[in-house]
Amino acid sequence: MNGDDLIKSKKRISKEEIEKIAWLARIEISKKELELFSKQLNDILVYFSKIDEVNTESIPPSYHVLDLVNVLRKDEAKPSSFEEILQIIPQTKGKFVKAPRMV
Amino acid sequence: MSYCVELSAYEIIKKIKAQELKVVDYISYLFERIKRIEREIHAYITLTEDSALKKAQDIDKKIERGERTGRLCGVGIAIKDNICTKGIRTTCASRMLENFIPPYNATVVNLIEDEDGIIIGKTNMDEFAMGSSTEHSYFGPTHNPWDLERVPGGSSGGSAAAVISSMATLALGSDTGGSIRCPASFCSAVGLKPTYGLVSRFGLIAYANSLEQIGPITKDVRDCALLLSCIADHDPLDSTSVNKPKEDYTNYLVDDIKNIKLGIIKELFGEGTQDSVEKGVWDAIKKLEQLGADYQEISLKNLDYSLPSYYIIAMSEASSNLARYDGLRYGYRIPNKSYDWNAVYLKNRRFGFGFEVKRRIILGTFALSAGYYDEYYLKAQKIRTLIRRDFETAFKRFDVLIGPTMPVLPFRIGEKVNDPLEMYMCDIDGVPANLAGIPSISIPCSFSNGLPIGLQIMAPPFREDLLIRIGFSFQKNFPILKKLGGHE
Amino acid sequence: MSKIKSLEIKIGLEVHCQLTNLKTKLFCSCSSDYRGKEPNTLICPICMGMPGTLPVLNEKALEDAIMVALALNSKISERMLFFRKNYFYPDMPKNFQISQYDKAGGVPFALGGYIQINGKKVRIRRIQLEEDPGKLSYDGTIESSNHTLVDYNRAGIALIEIVTEPDMETPKEARLFLEKLRSILEHLNVSDGSLEGSMRCDANISLKGGKRVEVKNISSFKEVERALNFEITRQKNLVLRGMVIGQETRHWDETRRITVSLRMKEEEQDYRYFPEPDLVPIIIPRERIKEIEQKMPELPDERRKRFIEQYNLSPQSAEILTRSKAMADFFEESVKIYGNPKEISNWMIGELSSYLNEKSIEIDELTLTSKQLVDLIKLIDEGVISRKMAKSVLQDMLLTGKMAGDIVKEKGLEKILDKEYIGSIVEKILKENPQAVKDAIFDKKAMNYLMGQLMKKTEGKIDPKMASEVLRKRLSELAKFITP
Repeated sequence: MNGDDLIKSKKRISKEEIEKIAWLARIEISKKELELFSKQLNDILVYFSKIDEVNTESIPPSYHVLDLVNVLRKDEAKPSSFEEILQIIPQTKGKFVKAPRMV
Repeated sequence: MSYCVELSAYEIIKKIKAQELKVVDYISYLFERIKRIEREIHAYITLTEDSALKKAQDIDKKIERGERTGRLCGVGIAIKDNICTKGIRTTCASRMLENFIPPYNATVVNLIEDEDGIIIGKTNMDEFAMGSSTEHSYFGPTHNPWDLERVPGGSSGGSAAAVISSMATLALGSDTGGSIRCPASFCSAVGLKPTYGLVSRFGLIAYANSLEQIGPITKDVRDCALLLSCIADHDPLDSTSVNKPKEDYTNYLVDDIKNIKLGIIKELFGEGTQDSVEKGVWDAIKKLEQLGADYQEISLKNLDYSLPSYYIIAMSEASSNLARYDGLRYGYRIPNKSYDWNAVYLKNRRFGFGFEVKRRIILGTFALSAGYYDEYYLKAQKIRTLIRRDFETAFKRFDVLIGPTMPVLPFRIGEKVNDPLEMYMCDIDGVPANLAGIPSISIPCSFSNGLPIGLQIMAPPFREDLLIRIGFSFQKNFPILKKLGGHE
Repeated sequence: MSKIKSLEIKIGLEVHCQLTNLKTKLFCSCSSDYRGKEPNTLICPICMGMPGTLPVLNEKALEDAIMVALALNSKISERMLFFRKNYFYPDMPKNFQISQYDKAGGVPFALGGYIQINGKKVRIRRIQLEEDPGKLSYDGTIESSNHTLVDYNRAGIALIEIVTEPDMETPKEARLFLEKLRSILEHLNVSDGSLEGSMRCDANISLKGGKRVEVKNISSFKEVERALNFEITRQKNLVLRGMVIGQETRHWDETRRITVSLRMKEEEQDYRYFPEPDLVPIIIPRERIKEIEQKMPELPDERRKRFIEQYNLSPQSAEILTRSKAMADFFEESVKIYGNPKEISNWMIGELSSYLNEKSIEIDELTLTSKQLVDLIKLIDEGVISRKMAKSVLQDMLLTGKMAGDIVKEKGLEKILDKEYIGSIVEKILKENPQAVKDAIFDKKAMNYLMGQLMKKTEGKIDPKMASEVLRKRLSELAKFITP
């Protein structure tokens, strides 16, 4: 294997891994989707590996592009608009949001 | 007077203020036109005719009584469907939010209504703004008004198509990695992505928070300056909104670009750039030179890495932003008599999201997962620093930087939709401005084979004035006379 | 059993305290006063995580957190970010929690620090600010319920998370740590520990040689000792049977009073932390910290020292009285009304504390006020009732909420102070006990028997001082007529 192939092999994502990630993201995927995604995601990951060429040692990340800091809000309460929100909740029981069973 | 719908906002406002045109009549003409051509273009997901006409009457009354009216004075505006509108369903072009009616307005919507703008409807887009062609919409694709077989660009394709086919006078789009400028370029509209932090994101349904901004899509630069003046304001509801005095960008509609220094970014004319696009953009650069600007080529080496960095950051943020769609509090929920919560979540999200959204969530989840964070998200954010530094250095030498908005001409519907990577490649020229947080405008510069080409101009942070001045001078001196026809 | 005793126990705590004195939630302007409210009536698009909404940090929460860090001797980070902790759960409106993180370029709100308990330092690892999730409830049990009911009123309430090093060696130490922490937070006026669910904790327990076991869902400080005792016994039994304690997470079941294993999928632990893009960095300049330092209120340790000096209390008494803010306030309030700190301290540490312990309640759950306690003490000082009487009056006061004076009157407990009346009772007793009188004349010690009879006759209401005076006088008069 030459260097390029090494990079590519490292960046592969197996079907098993896709299923694990899909569970983490709570997205059910069918066998057919898994086949399709497996090819597409691996093509994309190979393309992403282009960034390995860049030496980023000692470079800080740009989590924020602005110089803004300490944006704060006064501790003053505003009336709740709960009625409007309750209206659009798909399933309720009284004023509770009705969620599926846990176990 | 039905021709009035083809006029710019500036001209319409002039007529309304002079009482030559009633707002109600103009809005009615707009809806007549929509009824005539929307079937072919499909720019809208939701139309709001009743409330628009009512608002029009209110503004007419105000004018009759001689009361003060807002700067938008009855102009019809199309809003991209990822911008929340109180009481009007906001779908993000997703089955997940097909019936979602927000109980709140995005800040920009409040600002537009304060200025007497009238919302015509909500425009089609790629689902959750993920795409460059408006083909990834749960409601079906939008067609390019210049060639109905082709895509209008994306993800704000509906907004650009609506404005350019005169089904709206102004429009709002959102731009995470070119989503305003791409459709502006493909539809021959003006599209501006403001500096990150200039326009409030409150009410913009997040795709990738650290990259995106709401901005105008308009027929010309004058309208762009007007709409930007209305929406650029500090918002205490958005922690990333910059607290600076409100500006009137129409003050920069000045026909003078003498001695302005243009840097032509070599990397934006890379491999995948079509010859016709390259030629169209260079012709425009020569025209700017004729107007007294100086240009020189410059290389921003790290831009070669901007596209993968952009996608890694955007997908990672998206995977987290879209986690909230589980069907409990709002949005799509499967009937769940027997499933436990995990199964319900899995199914809600399987059936509520389209393929492209699922692809991006899965890749983003992967990029943030244990053991990969440093390799992907952190690394991409570091490259972002390098890209910002490249821009900072370049802006020491140049007032603005220039390149094509899109590497290609509008492509055919269905041409790229099954090859995600090829579709991503279309964003290559758009994403650097988002990574750097700088303002960028796309201005129609010419046509090739009847298809529009956009010129992209980027400025340092908060120098939208330069973009407006240059764009205005270009349009004033070199108007594009090509008129839209065919499907009339 | 000696083998067991030698097993070294290490306990670390992760405490979540709500900043209950804030008016609003951490990132939105919803009222934080959610207790006793109808479900989902204190919610807004922001804390419900609705599309397009954005968080903005509560200024007061930041100030409160700074005070907590200072009080715990912790080093406040100069520049910090908020992070998203990503995981799905129905109580989380956004399916991520805005929190802080000490990896991936993040720093916690504050690092290090300690709390002193009984002369021992329990070290703090880190302090951070985060949002509380909503609350789930079930029809019946979590296992049997065919749906889950969610109330998001609590979602977004400001929490401060305090993580300790595993420095505690007994469940009692853990309890003392928590009591001290609570007292500190209450002295800072940032959190009221008496509110239901305002302080919750997870505990890590490891026995020497065993892996770390995490016990989650301990919903109050009172439960901590119980949960830890159960868990330690469980682990000891495993060790006794030669079994290995594996690393796991367990859940404290409050009703069954046992810990239950939470079999979690391994990948669920992958929280995919990354910096919250919708919040900008927080920078806390040194000057700002100094400013807040200046206006820091008195903390339990300082107050204890002051009690010793100002009221001349023993270190032990001062320690007990400052264990909770309510206790210390009650004491000072009482002293302010009546003075006599020694007497008040004795009553509070003695009778009052044993009552509180017995009922397992806190002093501010009593109807008894400082004024009422002082009134009782006054009755003793004025000689209206005896000390012994006062103890039973206090029990009545605690049970019925009545005033001391009323109880004394109702029950006719006033001391007999009338000299003539005392004289007549003495005469009666002398007549009834001729032999005892004789003995008492020649042996002073035998007088005690007569005193006992006096007390018995009057149900203890006779004033002992006056009675013994009268008795002695009468005995010496009688001595003239009697010869040995």
